[in-house]
Parts: sequence; structure tokens; C-alpha cells
Amino acid sequence: MLTRLLSGDTPRSGLLTALLLIVLISLAFAPFLFPGTKSLETAARICIFIVLVASYDLLLGYAGIVSFAHTMFFGIGAYGTALALSTTGPSYGALVWGTAAGAGVAALFALAIGLFSLRVKAIFFAMVTLAVASAFAVLVSQMSWLTGGEDGLNYKIPRELTPAFKLIKAKVFDVSINGKILAYYLVFFAAVILFLVMLRIVNSPFGRTLKAVRDNAFRAEAIGYRVVWYRTTATVLSAVMAALAGSLLAIWLRYTGPATTLSMEIMIDILLMVVIGGMGTLYGAVLGATLFILAQTYLHYLMGVAAEATSAVPVVSTLVAPERWLLWLGVLFILSVYFFPTGIVGRLRAGRA
Amino acid sequence: MSETAIKPRIEKIPLKEQLAQKLPVLLVPVLAAVGLIAIGNPASWLTLTVAGLAMGMMIFIMASGLTVVFGLMDVINFGHGAFVAVGAFVGFTVLAWLAGWTASPSVFMNLTAVLVAILAAMLVTGLLGLAFERVIVMPVYGEHLKQILVTMGGLIVAQQMIYVVWGPDELHMSRPEALQGSLVIGEAAIEKYRLVAVGIGLALFLGMRHILKNTKIGLLVRAGVENGEMVEALGYRVRRLFLIVFMTGSALAGLGGVMWGLYQETITAHMGSEIMVLVFIVVIIGGLGSVEGCFIGAMLVGLLANYTAFLAPKVALISTIALMVAVLMWRPQGLYPVVKAK
Amino acid sequence: MAENLLTLSGVHTHIGPYHILQGVDLAVPEGGVTVLLGRNGAGKTTTLRTIMGLWTASQGGIRFGDHVITKLSTPEISRRGIALVPEDMGIFTDLTVAENMILAAANGPMDPKRLAWIKELFPPIGNFWNSSAGTLSGGQKQMLSVARAIIEPRRLILIDEPTKGLAPAIIKAMTDALKELKETDTTILLVEQNFAMASSIGDTVAVMDDGRIIHSGRMDELVADVALQEKLMGLSLEAHQ
Ligand SMILES: Nc1ncnc2c1ncn2[C@@H]1O[C@H](COP(=O)(O)OP(=O)(O)OP(=O)(O)O)[C@@H](O)[C@H]1O
Ligand SMILES: [Mg+2]
Repeated sequence: MLTRLLSGDTPRSGLLTALLLIVLISLAFAPFLFPGTKSLETAARICIFIVLVASYDLLLGYAGIVSFAHTMFFGIGAYGTALALSTTGPSYGALVWGTAAGAGVAALFALAIGLFSLRVKAIFFAMVTLAVASAFAVLVSQMSWLTGGEDGLNYKIPRELTPAFKLIKAKVFDVSINGKILAYYLVFFAAVILFLVMLRIVNSPFGRTLKAVRDNAFRAEAIGYRVVWYRTTATVLSAVMAALAGSLLAIWLRYTGPATTLSMEIMIDILLMVVIGGMGTLYGAVLGATLFILAQTYLHYLMGVAAEATSAVPVVSTLVAPERWLLWLGVLFILSVYFFPTGIVGRLRAGRA
Repeated sequence: MSETAIKPRIEKIPLKEQLAQKLPVLLVPVLAAVGLIAIGNPASWLTLTVAGLAMGMMIFIMASGLTVVFGLMDVINFGHGAFVAVGAFVGFTVLAWLAGWTASPSVFMNLTAVLVAILAAMLVTGLLGLAFERVIVMPVYGEHLKQILVTMGGLIVAQQMIYVVWGPDELHMSRPEALQGSLVIGEAAIEKYRLVAVGIGLALFLGMRHILKNTKIGLLVRAGVENGEMVEALGYRVRRLFLIVFMTGSALAGLGGVMWGLYQETITAHMGSEIMVLVFIVVIIGGLGSVEGCFIGAMLVGLLANYTAFLAPKVALISTIALMVAVLMWRPQGLYPVVKAK
Repeated sequence: MAENLLTLSGVHTHIGPYHILQGVDLAVPEGGVTVLLGRNGAGKTTTLRTIMGLWTASQGGIRFGDHVITKLSTPEISRRGIALVPEDMGIFTDLTVAENMILAAANGPMDPKRLAWIKELFPPIGNFWNSSAGTLSGGQKQMLSVARAIIEPRRLILIDEPTKGLAPAIIKAMTDALKELKETDTTILLVEQNFAMASSIGDTVAVMDDGRIIHSGRMDELVADVALQEKLMGLSLEAHQ
């Protein structure tokens, strides 16, 4: 049963299973295990990024395509939901059609870009997506009449999902069950379902062909697979998943702006999470996103301590300053591309054998 | 072998093909003419055209190395933008040291200071290119996916190192006295610096063309772009050639960085990744690997960006994307597709 | 029998996941023409590319003169005196004929005497000296490719199917040129499908199939032994005659 739920793609490593279970249980009971607004924010971010990063892995790890437009799709989903909610008010109907519209627009964009530029080389696609995504980000921040520009959009979501709503009077383990917690579980279960769907996709015949295409496009073409079609479909699926992750973010934050959805920084973060977690495994997305966001939230603090401790040594203290954590992550990223192209998950699985 | 076996026969290139060769070149004057009609006022048009050409030249300087590197070894360096930023910061530091020269009323001293800054920037970015090629790019030749990822990682690290060395704030990079202000021609005001930029860019383009057409190393580069294996089979080390080209490309990015910094007058650690968007558009428009295509693409993008910035400021960047899409619909491999043996 | 200039012993070559050469043993005597025959896909091109270092042998050794060249890079192998005329001719179409020749003379300016000889051997080289090499016809490109290989004195020339797709008159011209080249003491390893041409020029012969040498010996013996020819190559030889 469980194996079927995971589409037969089990973690295949004791330690990996244990880590994944820890993540799953921590996220499932986050409101009770780690009470407090900040930790709930972190938990929700992790859920959303697991979906986002996994959807990127679909493209990078399984199809071997590098895209820099993933945040564009993420943003399209977020803005879809945000615009629907802010123009027609906080109804579930608006929430649903906004989300659907976002996913639809993302699919169309992905289809256009895919058909347009996947025929040529991987490098070409990477360059085109980089250009298109930056232009899109600029466009969104300039169309302030629609998108709120740099300030973004603030809007209301259905009342049942806000802290003001109390589901039951009593407290459970000292935590009051308010709308925020409901919103968290909406995000959590949506993330679980989307993740399982992606697991199903990569383990379907389609997913296996995708890998064959990735490993040897030339040969796959010779066997008779329509390489462009497979790649474009992967791009579209991945874009839709990213858009849905964006909608979750829009619902969770009750705010959508360029900095939280479209920025190049987020794109780089996704790239780091996927590679460090392990490309082409999906589980890598879980570990990558979790570790990265925890580090982003808490490592700052540790590095601050280190910087304090080394403040007498001029260069070292700038190098370990909390703002410089991306430096070390960049180094780690390069090293992992060279030495552990399969990331943490690949290491854990190899360790088992 | 007898003469009769193969009669000498001059192959005539059909007129249509000749025209197709020239057509992309014509795009630049056509765009300028359309700009004139759309803008209406000749004085503003002249100002914008010079600005567009200056911007185009700077983008060309930054993009040329990237495109040749790709042509030669099938390597696209997503970290190329880091060289632009590093060049700008090094230039900034040198100009700050030479503050006495830049503030001096002597044009000669001013220009010497800029020259020193440029040379220093090119030296540093050239050496950085050497390190980048050896450490970051070399281990992943032939693997496009890893190449993109690793060079992107290099970009992140390089940008962070700029923060470490120069701090997180954006810096003000002022032009020396001689390069400030404008010339007034009729009703049009043309910034002196832009003319200088056009001059440097044009000189560089002509120099590059000369090298590619008339020197052995240029021939080797062109031959290597088409068929690197054959160049090796003739006894040349393409790897070493590539390293030279890579370093030159990095040094040119550094030059572009100083020029761009003086043009914008503010520099930030991520200026490189912002310009890279334009650089990529230009390289794609021109045809990956083609220097001529890159030059024309840069001019088109520079002009279009300035015209639209005047006519409809909000769509300036979108217009260049639209240009890219239009060009690719017309020629899916860019204006000058590069012949590749394989 | 003359001493061997080039010896391959037990050479294996992998291309990506594919195991193409599976233990090639081949000897090329000094100063003659050795013809390498075999049906399509037998591994002839791969053998030449492995000798040239364009693929690296994963196992086995290649000796050239007194040195082992198995692990040398292509430029080093070239500088030891081996030239390659590849199957696709490897012409730089973006360059002129002259520029192609200038690059081929890797050790400095071209020797005018040699150049004059080459222009005599292949008149189109002189006639189209300043034209773009991309505008040459297939036969002319093939001549340019051979010309590049001999603009500097070489000890061994690897030629991959120089008559592929050429008209009979040009095949004859090419054969004559190669015969003249043979007179200059250059050793040639020639891959050829055209048995008539191969037998008119070859001194020794090796036949490949499935990544191995299945026969080697003197050309005149193979020409005399029709039964052996049929056994080795079946119908594929007849088809080419
Ligand atoms: N780059 C490559 N990738 C994968 N397989 C290859 C590659 N090059 C050659 N092969 C395979 O190696 C085998 C030998 O090829 P090779 O070109 O050496 O044959 P050949 O004898 O020269 O044939 P032909 O007479 O058709 O030129 C063939 O099965 C071919 O499919
Ligand atoms: Mg062959």
C-alpha cells in the first residue's frame, strides 16, 4: 500500500528513510512540535519549497533540461491566485479559479517556450529562459496598475484560513486551533499530494522515457521517441507544478510580490536545493529544501556567532559573516556538482550498497 | 591528373544567397530609420542613436568573448557576468587611487587614468578567467548540464567575493573631467563618453575582425569553431587555444565592466548578472559562435532599447526579448548561424 | 618484408557505452600502402581515429616507429608525423583553400616546392586558391583534404575512403595521385570500399569485421584468391566493383 502510494519508488536506504520520516513527521505535527509563529512560517515555507524544488527536479534531474524560468512559473501561479483574491474578494471560488488560471497560463507559457527553444541545444534553452524570466520580472514590477509593482499585492483570503478564525475553543497540546493552523494543513496536504503525483509521473512510462531521452537524446530519437515532445511535456508539467506551489505561497502569505516569487535569488536557491539534495531523485528535493531553509533561517545565527568569535581576524570574520553564507553554499554547490552529482540522496543510497 | 578531368569552375553564389548574407547588416540602418520615423524629432533621434550605439558597443565588448568561447569549445560560461562586475570594481579602485589624475584638468591625465584602470581590470579579469577555466570549467568539458550549473556556482561565489572585498553597498564611479558633459551638435546633445564608447567598441570590433581574418591564430580560432578535432589532427593544441580565447574573453568582459561602470556611474556586485541578460539576448540573436552576428545583434539591441526607452519606457526590456523572438522565428539559429562540422 | 612502421596490438576502443573495437591487431609495413577493408560499420573509421588519438584506446597498445603513442594526445601524434584525411574530409569551409593549406603547414610557412608539386598533383588546389573552401565540389574538397595531409612531409598518412561518392573520372585521378604519393616513400593506411581501386594500389591488406581484424596478408594473394574474397566479404565486394 505504502509502496503503491510512493509509486514503487521507495527511498532505498535506511538512513534516507529515517531522514524522510523525520521531515514528514516534523512537518505533519509542526504546529504542535514547534509552536510559535516563526517556526510555523518556516515549516510552511519548507512544504512549499519541497513542491517547487521537486517540480524543478522533474525538469533538471529527469529531463536534463536547465531552465532559469522556474521562478517565473512559480510567480505566475502566485499572481494568479493573488489577483483572483484581490479583485473578486476572499471567496473559495476565487481561490480555486485563480489557482487554475495561474496553472493554465504557466502551462501555456511553458508550451510556447518549450516548442520554441527545446529543439536546439540545452544551453540555448537555459539562455532563452534566463532572458525571458528576467524580462517577465521587470514587466511584473512595471505593471503596477495590475500587480502592485514592486510593493506587490496584499489581499484577504477566506476567513476560515486566517488566525481570526477559531475552529474549536479548546486548546490542543496548548495550541489553539485557529485558521492559521488550518491554512498550514491546507499547504501541508496539498504539498504531500503534489509530491506523490510527481513521484507517480517520474515512475510512469513517461518518466522512464524522459530519463532515456536525458541519457542519450540521439539514441532515443533513433529508437523513435519524439524528443522535443517529451521535453516540452516535461517543461509544461514542471511549470504547472511550480505554479501550484506559487498558489500555495500566495494563500499562505496573503501577500504576493516580485521579491517573494520572481527574483533571481529564489531561482538560485532552487538550483542549490536541487543539486545539493540530489538531482533526479525527487527525495533530494525534500532533503535539499528542508536543509536549505533551515540553514537559511538558523545558520545565519550560527555564522553570526562564528563571525563574533573571529572578529579579531579581519578577513576571516568577513568570510564567515552571516550575510556571506551564500558564498559557502556556492562553494558547496560547485563541489557537489563535481563530486556528488547525485547529491545527498545519491550519497545515502550509495552508502547502503 | 589531367586538366580535363576537373575543369576549373568558379562557383557563382546565387544573388539570393548573397542578399541573405547581407540582409542582417541592413537591419541596423533599417532599425535606425524606423526609429527616426517613430521619434520624429531628429535631434532626439541623434542623441538616442548615439546612446544606442554606445550601449550596443559595450554589450558587444562583453558578449564577444562569450560567443567565441562557445563556438570554439561548446562552452557557455554563465559566470561571464562576474568578470564584468569584477572588472568594474577593479576599475573603480584604480580610479580611486588615481583620484589626482582624474580630477586634473589635463585631458591627457584623465585618459591615462582611465587607461590604467582598464588595463588593470583586464589583467585581473584575464587572470580570473585563467583560474575559472582551470578550476571550474575544465573538469566538466562536454557536459552541458554540469557546465551550466558549475559556471552558475562560479558566478555566485564570485559575486559573494566582491561583497567580501568591496563591501555590500553600491559604489559611485564618477567619470573623469574630460569624459563628463556633452557636445552640442545642432539641437542634439551628445554625451562625450558615449562617443568614446562607440570609438573603443568600433576599434575593438575592427581589430577583432582583422585578427580573425588575417592572423594564424585567428584562422585557428575560426577553423576550431567549425571543426576542433581537425585542428587537433593538424597538430595544434585546441585546448591551449581555447584557454587563450577564454582569458581574452574574460579580459574583454572586464573592459566592458569598466566602461559600463563609467556609463552607469554606479556599480553593484550583481551588475554582471543583470547585463548578462542583454548579453545572452545579443549572443542568441547573432548566432552562437559568430562575432559578426554578435556585433549586429548588439547594435540592434542597443538601438532598440534606447528608442523604446524614449517612446515607451515600460517595455524597454520586453522589446529586446520581442526582437529576439522575431529573429529566431526568421532564423532559428540566429542571424549568422555558425557552420559546425558535427 | 619491410619493418612495420605502425603496430596495433589488441586495441579496444569504447565510444560512450559502446564497445566498438574489440581487440584490433594490425601491422602497417613501412613504405607501402596498406588497405583496410570491411563492410559498413566494421570499425575502420574508428580504427583510424583511435590511431590518431581522437578516440583513446581503453586497452591494448599502438606503436609508431620506436615509440608507443597509445596515450598521446592528437596534436602530439600529429607532430610525430601522422596525418589524417578523415571520412568527412574535415575541410574548414569558412576558410579559403589557401587558409586551409596555411593551417595544415603546422610547422611554419609552406615549402614552395612541395606546394608546386601538390598543385600539379591536384590542379584545383591552385585554381581555387583564394576561393572559399565551402564552395568546392565534393571531389575538390577530397583533394584539398589529401593536400593538407601532405603539405608537410609525413611518415604515415591515414586516408579514410577518399573515393566515397566520387565520379569514376575523379576516382581515377585520385588513385593516380595516391600512386604518385606512394612513390615518395610515404606510408599510407587506406580505408577503401572500392576493391578495384584498393587492389590496384595496395601492397598489404587487412580485413575488418565487428571490431576485429579477420584477415591480413599481401594484396596480390587476396586478388588471386577469389574464394577467399567471397568468404571474407561476401557480396559486399562485388557490389562495389
Ligand atoms: N560517435 C559514435 N557513437 C556511437 N557509436 C559509434 C560512433 N561512431 C561510430 N560508432 C559505431 O561504431 C561502429 C563502427 O563504426 P565505424 O565508423 O568505425 O565503421 P566503418 O567501418 O568506418 O564504417 P563505414 O564503412 O560505414 O564508414 C558502428 O557500429 C557505428 O555505429
Ligand atoms: Mg568509416
